[in-house]
Amino acid sequence: MSDMAVALPEIEGRSLWQDAWRRLRANRAAVASLVILAVIAIASIVGPELLTWKYDQIDWDHVEAAPPNFAAGHYLGTDSIGRDLLARVLFGGRVSLMVGVLATAVALLIGVTVGTVAGYIGGRTDQLLMRLVDLLYSVPLTFFVIILMVTFGRNFILMFLAIGAVEWLTMARIVRGQTLTLRTREFIEAARAAGGSTPAIILRHIVPNVLGMVIVYVTLTIPQVILLESFLSFLGLGIQEPMTSWGMLINDGAAELEVTPRTLIVPAIFMTVTLFCFNFLGDGLRDALDPKDR
Amino acid sequence: MSPLLQVRDLKVHFPVRTGGIVVGKYAPLKAVDGVSFDLAAGETLGIVGESGCGKSTLGRAVLQLLPATAGSVAWLGTELTALDKDEMRARRRDLQIVFQDPLASLDPRMTAGDIIAEPLRNFHPALSSSERKARVQKMMGEVGLLPGMVNRYPHEFSGGQCQRIGIARAMILRPKLIVCDEPVSALDVSIRAQVINLLMELQRAHGLSMLFISHDLAVVRHISHRVMVLYLGRVMELAPQDLLYAKPLHPYTQALLTAVPVPDPVRERAKPRTVLLGDPPSPLNPPSGCVFRTRCPHATSVCTDVVPPLETAEGGHTVACHHWRKIGGYVMPGS
Ligand code: SF4
Repeated sequence: MSDMAVALPEIEGRSLWQDAWRRLRANRAAVASLVILAVIAIASIVGPELLTWKYDQIDWDHVEAAPPNFAAGHYLGTDSIGRDLLARVLFGGRVSLMVGVLATAVALLIGVTVGTVAGYIGGRTDQLLMRLVDLLYSVPLTFFVIILMVTFGRNFILMFLAIGAVEWLTMARIVRGQTLTLRTREFIEAARAAGGSTPAIILRHIVPNVLGMVIVYVTLTIPQVILLESFLSFLGLGIQEPMTSWGMLINDGAAELEVTPRTLIVPAIFMTVTLFCFNFLGDGLRDALDPKDR
Repeated sequence: MSPLLQVRDLKVHFPVRTGGIVVGKYAPLKAVDGVSFDLAAGETLGIVGESGCGKSTLGRAVLQLLPATAGSVAWLGTELTALDKDEMRARRRDLQIVFQDPLASLDPRMTAGDIIAEPLRNFHPALSSSERKARVQKMMGEVGLLPGMVNRYPHEFSGGQCQRIGIARAMILRPKLIVCDEPVSALDVSIRAQVINLLMELQRAHGLSMLFISHDLAVVRHISHRVMVLYLGRVMELAPQDLLYAKPLHPYTQALLTAVPVPDPVRERAKPRTVLLGDPPSPLNPPSGCVFRTRCPHATSVCTDVVPPLETAEGGHTVACHHWRKIGGYVMPGS
């Protein structure tokens, strides 16, 4: 046995993350989704700057939803008041993706922290945190939004606050439930016996083990947040014309569905593709993070 | 020389809900009820008993993984039950445990290398990653794992290999005491001996003290210097290994030992039997007096009324039975 050991080359240690990344790369759907998402994200960030027409610029020669006209630089035509549709969709993507990703990230951070702490420590801490979650759950979103508006006035940041405040609640509950079952597992007891402190156990054992679950939920949350944003914007909190987002574009497009379906279809395609990609990516990540699934 | 570990009248009771609709009614489940023993450096104490006798609870309570209801656990003269969380955490460097279910006790999302390195991260955070790696590799060699296995996940190992990982994790800090909670009962019979021998080797090489918990009398006999017999959370008999197996004094031990088959048909048939009647009573409602009396062929009225104290017989043999002198140590055939 010992000479076998000598014969083997020096072995590099690998972490769960390196392994996950390696496995994710082997998943074609996930990689394709990642590429498409990257393309959409880059296009949304730099696209509006490169196009001839700005998102809020009206082309008086092509009003009333003109069809695509390459010579004039309207690659996807214009909307009902003559603004370039592609520029608007890309600019809307900026807003939607930013809201989707940032608000979800905030929800993820708070939700996972509260969920794992409540679930692992249990007792009073758990009671207190979960009652807080229940309390916030019971506040209707519209009511909450109106209060925010009255106190702070219209503000882009408030939208993040409102969405974040709503979305982390479910996350916290899911994570807490998972943590409760994990806590009774023997390897957690083993970690305690090995001298792990509470934060170390939560970070090293609980979080990686709830992550698969959490990531699937994240991919469901991002679409939800993007839709919630259009609702909030409709209420007057969040973004206002001439700024736009995918949710708003779809809203506007739906109103003109019979006249110019293009104004609905284009943003709808962008949004659907994005949401699909998030789903595939989420599935891929969940599998990649589970070592049992090679 | 004062013992490494001194346990006195240790009790672990769990409140169990027995009724009540709004306000629950609770009764204490006395998993461990007044256990005392000492453990010297380099000594192995075997703890045997049927399942549910509180032996695993006892092991965890000694390590403060479960809170003791009453009694004392003194480690090198320090009362562990009085320590706060951080002080206790510091002591864990010396006090380790090997679990029964090897796979369940390993984090499924950690590689073998990370699992074995975890105690090092906790107690030697300053160690560079290459030093840590070197120590993990050395430890893996000691427990018979190949260096190429560091990156594998627990589910890729066999039960025996998982248990070796568990042992490596427990040993890497060079602890002074290891509690082995049925370390081989979940393993294939064919690899039990290997794991037992590994534990014995490590113990000898490092002068470890060990609490070896098992329901398997043959395994306990092989590994232990002294053996403690538990029944319903109480000590029935505690004796040096050779004495206990050759001349058990307590009716319960006698019954346990005669139930072990002897590999010789003639002697096996000639063997006197003390059959254990029925199941052990519920620990929620243990019998009065001697807890074993419901199944004891020698029980009399004094057994119902008075809890038998632990009495000392010759050669460091202690036994908790009113009638042990009368029953007489009965010599096991063939030993
Ligand atoms: S005290 Fe009585 S009941 Fe208990 S073991 Fe001895 S003889 Fe049996």
